[in-house]
Amino acid sequence: MNFFDHKSINARMKIRVIVNLFAKIIFFAAMMFGLFILGVLLYRIVSQGIGYLDLQFLQSLPSRKPEQAGVYTALIGSVLLMAVVAPVSLLLGVATAIYLEEYAKDNRFTAFIKVNISNLAGVPSIVFGLLGLTVFVRALALGTSVLAAGLTMSLLVLPIIIVAAQEALKAVPASLREASYAMGATKWQTIVRIVLPVAIPGILTGGILALSRAIGETAPLVVLGLPLFLAYLPKSIFDLFTVLPMQIYNWTGRPQEEFHSLAAAGIIVLLILLLFMNFLAVLIRNKFQKRY
Amino acid sequence: MTITLVSPQIEVMKMDSIQEKNIVYQTSQLNLWYGEKHALKNINLDILENEVTAIIGPSGCGKSTYLKILNRMIELVQGVKITGEILYRNRNILDRSYQVEELRTKVGMVFQKPNPFPKSIYENVAYGPKIHGIRDKKVLEQIVEKSLRSAALWDEVKDRLNQNAYSLSGGQQQRLCIARCLAIEPDVILMDEPTSALDPISTLKIEELVKELKKEYSIIIVTHNMQQAARISNKTAFFLNGEVIEFAPTSKIFSNPKDKRTEDYITGRFG
Repeated sequence: MNFFDHKSINARMKIRVIVNLFAKIIFFAAMMFGLFILGVLLYRIVSQGIGYLDLQFLQSLPSRKPEQAGVYTALIGSVLLMAVVAPVSLLLGVATAIYLEEYAKDNRFTAFIKVNISNLAGVPSIVFGLLGLTVFVRALALGTSVLAAGLTMSLLVLPIIIVAAQEALKAVPASLREASYAMGATKWQTIVRIVLPVAIPGILTGGILALSRAIGETAPLVVLGLPLFLAYLPKSIFDLFTVLPMQIYNWTGRPQEEFHSLAAAGIIVLLILLLFMNFLAVLIRNKFQKRY
Repeated sequence: MTITLVSPQIEVMKMDSIQEKNIVYQTSQLNLWYGEKHALKNINLDILENEVTAIIGPSGCGKSTYLKILNRMIELVQGVKITGEILYRNRNILDRSYQVEELRTKVGMVFQKPNPFPKSIYENVAYGPKIHGIRDKKVLEQIVEKSLRSAALWDEVKDRLNQNAYSLSGGQQQRLCIARCLAIEPDVILMDEPTSALDPISTLKIEELVKELKKEYSIIIVTHNMQQAARISNKTAFFLNGEVIEFAPTSKIFSNPKDKRTEDYITGRFG
């Protein structure tokens, strides 16, 4: 008695192979769909904005006349914002993740905190704007400043960084930790010398993703009261400022066609800034990997 | 009753008077629970200096658990309850006042799967001395060479100390882990099935290394491989269902086991 009837199995073999091929085509199409949309988007923006993108555009203050208008204040504003958000959110986020993954006991309270951090990542950004307005702008009397906006944005991206860092720490094999502990290393020595160097690439990937979100976010800044038009530079982190997405939003709302092209040029600047941040992350990653 | 009580005592006294070796680990009435599961039951074992003590037994008998208590790696597992006493050089290691880092500096461990750090060969061996505060490069270099020589790896890696440890073969990686362990000059080395992931030739090299190392260190090795226990150990403890069934000189265990269950196990009738 044979359970395995080779004849009928061979007869169905063709169908199985075709289903397999079909699956491959579907997945490829899904990938191509995203790639195509991205390509169209990039083409439209670059073809529209590239003509306006020059040194004068980067160095000029915004103006009512499109040929004189530039992104100088918004660019500096975005860079300043990042200068606050990056250190605050990365330090707080990574420290929180280290505590949760390495030090905290695996009990219900820790589980409760972890679930809530994941939930926070899904809270609409405008809610963080309201929080920032109440706490930083009003209660702490920071006003509509770089610092207040930076702290608000840090809160916004903190859950993303914490979750990414937690995943990166979890991915470090337990056998490495055990080897270090078995040598008489303390937890702190193990974290600094073994766990973090292995986890840094993953942490940075999550960090860059979070900072990319912060640099493109507009909603919470609108709530904080950032101006759409600002013709002077902030002197310190306590001054009024504006950022690239606000400036772009301002320009797209104008009736004149030239301003729409300026908006496209502004988007290119934003994209270049993003690429530059990614480049920095790669540099830091390489530096850490060279240590061993 | 009295007879059975007296006779092992005489035996112990005899052995001590012949060998005059110091006791490294003295385990008495050790019990361990994983949650509800009673994993180690009333363990009493004395482990002597400069010997290889093998722990054998079927999977799940508690032999790895026992080994992990000896350097308190068991603390990494949650929900473990331990009662009893383990004296290491006459100090109870289960006492909370015994700093675990201090214990692990004296008791090294080699794991089942080679687990070198993703660093260079040099950095792997220098890791221990560095975390314990040795910064002098010349001293570190000497330690690295001495440890690699003791682990019979120096000749194979001396020209590529700065290469990543993962470029080594599995057997070499395991010897690197032994070298890393030797670099902090421990008193005892715990080995948790150190050859189970290795090929026969690498296994042989490690076994020869163990025989060499026992001149300077006390070694406790958990193994699934009974021939290995017979080849390299002085004493063998047979664990079954969380109990020590028999603990005696290896030659005795393998030639003339007292307990029927020991005999069944070493002749391959179960486990």
